[in-house]
Amino acid sequence: MERIAYSELRSTPQLWGLLVLLGAFIGAAGAAVLYIEHYGHIVTGMNNQVVWGIPHVFAIFLIVAASGALNVSSIGSVFGKQAYKPTARLSGLLAMALLMGGLVVLVLDLGRPDRLIISMTTYNFKSIFAWNMLLYTGFLAIVAAYLYAQMARGVPSFALKSVGLGAFLWRLALTTGTGSIFGWLVARPGYDAAIMAPMFIAMSFSFGLAMFMLVMIGTCTMTRRVYSVELRTRQARLLGLFVAVVLFFAGIQHLSNLYVAEHAAYERFILLEGGIYTALFWGGQVFLGGLVPLALLFHPKLDRKKSLVIIAALLVLFGGLVQLYIILIGGQVFPMEIFPGYAASSSFYDGTIASYRPTILEFMLGFGGIAVTLAITTLGMKFLRILPVNLSDANVDPSGLE
Amino acid sequence: MSQRKQDMEKGAEINRRGFLARAAAATLTLAPGVTLSLYGSEASAQVTSANRWGLLIDVNKCRSDCNSCVSACSAENGWKDTGNPETDPQWIRKVDLKDLATGREVSLPVMCQHCETPPCVDVCPTGASFKRADGIVLVDKHICIGCRYCMMACPYKARSFVHEEVPEEDKNVNAPRGKGTVESCTLCVHRVDRGDMPACAIACGETGNGAILFGDLMDPDSEISIQLATYQSSALRDDLRLNPGVRYQNI
Ligand code: SF4
Ligand code: SF4
Repeated sequence: MERIAYSELRSTPQLWGLLVLLGAFIGAAGAAVLYIEHYGHIVTGMNNQVVWGIPHVFAIFLIVAASGALNVSSIGSVFGKQAYKPTARLSGLLAMALLMGGLVVLVLDLGRPDRLIISMTTYNFKSIFAWNMLLYTGFLAIVAAYLYAQMARGVPSFALKSVGLGAFLWRLALTTGTGSIFGWLVARPGYDAAIMAPMFIAMSFSFGLAMFMLVMIGTCTMTRRVYSVELRTRQARLLGLFVAVVLFFAGIQHLSNLYVAEHAAYERFILLEGGIYTALFWGGQVFLGGLVPLALLFHPKLDRKKSLVIIAALLVLFGGLVQLYIILIGGQVFPMEIFPGYAASSSFYDGTIASYRPTILEFMLGFGGIAVTLAITTLGMKFLRILPVNLSDANVDPSGLE
Repeated sequence: MSQRKQDMEKGAEINRRGFLARAAAATLTLAPGVTLSLYGSEASAQVTSANRWGLLIDVNKCRSDCNSCVSACSAENGWKDTGNPETDPQWIRKVDLKDLATGREVSLPVMCQHCETPPCVDVCPTGASFKRADGIVLVDKHICIGCRYCMMACPYKARSFVHEEVPEEDKNVNAPRGKGTVESCTLCVHRVDRGDMPACAIACGETGNGAILFGDLMDPDSEISIQLATYQSSALRDDLRLNPGVRYQNI
């Protein structure tokens, strides 16, 4: 194998066009934030029953995907698969960009985003939320160090390996931390399953890799660089495996809940009687986000059809957003059982399924987060030597693919 | 006036007087020289773990068609029904219950239960949610960043997010409120600190129902402690072991 050469992206009209487009999305998100801040959250669909809405779906999605995007890097450095090494830099950059995109959305949805400084200076160390903030900043720092170690000359390989291992362990902690945000909500029937933690890790593998592949394919197409078909197909099959694991965990989650008496009603709601939530579960999460990508990713002609990979990866991302929507919103609209054995009613929606009608503003903010991620990634590739010049089959060590 | 109603009014009156006397006594013993009138200011308020304020709600005495506690809280603390039930704050609400097995119907008020181990405080990233030494759970409106994690964590849906600008005329010195922050029942901390009872307990007494008994759970001689020691009562979501300061009888 030749030495891999990396180079910055060249300035092309396409590149600038992409950045302008992303800028427009970011601008729209900024406008939405100002509007919400001025009028209050009354202009969103969130209310006193559904307190976390679409922005949180996007934010958690991006944060979960962030740790997964780092996997490509970890497979190369921690698990010694040569073939993954050339894209390790992009994987690190994308991981940081995803995390930043997610955090931006999370922070801008606060009731008082202007008080951000308070959240950094007054800490409640009992709060898993506060711990997550430390996990997030730590993640950015360690991945940045890892990226630097990869790009700088003369970094001894053991040092590179240990930073890589550190980053890998940190990302596991980060996903667990994000998953535990729900683990603390003991009173809500949808959230306290022990399966949540491993499921979030599987979700991160899947969403992160899908995002990574889309960025790879998109950038290589736009800049006319080669993305080894062999490598692409391998990664696509790996993605298929992750999709299957996520489906499996989701199945366990719902089946095991069915056997817990207090959760049976909630399960009936999601699986059978929940209207939009049931439709999203079967149609969005299971079918479009699970079974269809599985069929595509294990398609025998996968190596000849780039479009199959693109569609599958997009569907995985869509299914991921839907899955988080069901977990997050479904878990809130379903009434909490404050009075077991009684039918409850009140002016505050006790005992009734609450409603949530997200507004366009929330989607603007969410898509703004994705745009921030892509803009950071693109600018990173533009100004740093992130992407290999040539990732043709001949350049990818086939022995490392096993 | 029915005999029952008279009895209840008397009960409420005794309860109120007894409490005031004890509050005064507590001031004297805890801090000689500190008078009741100084009680209101945060700095001089004798907030110690020698007290734990709580409510005991007798569901049998609460009437489904009565909303006095809710109106009194709203007037006292300045939160309002603006016709948007999904987003309007509700520090206290009346819940109607129907026993699924027997069909028995009851009605009761639910507010912040002032948990001894409050989940809202545990999860709050900034420490804006806090519990005073005397057991009252509050939100510091100057530190709250409006993340709403506490609302996700509260098992009783006791908290509200301020979705809109608070109109100038609704601004209230008793309870500072602000758009973009979270709020909930303060147990009328401003009244308690000056030795008074929460607005809901007084209003309920005035209707003659007398379903809400306020008092000090740490004082074995208080009416609330005696009632709790004598009669069966329960906490909502007892299984979560949060040991709330608000208890219910006859659910
Ligand atoms: S009832 Fe809810 S808001 Fe009140 S202390 Fe308990 S958890 Fe906190
Ligand atoms: S909304 Fe305010 S009080 Fe509630 S957890 Fe967040 S910062 Fe704390």
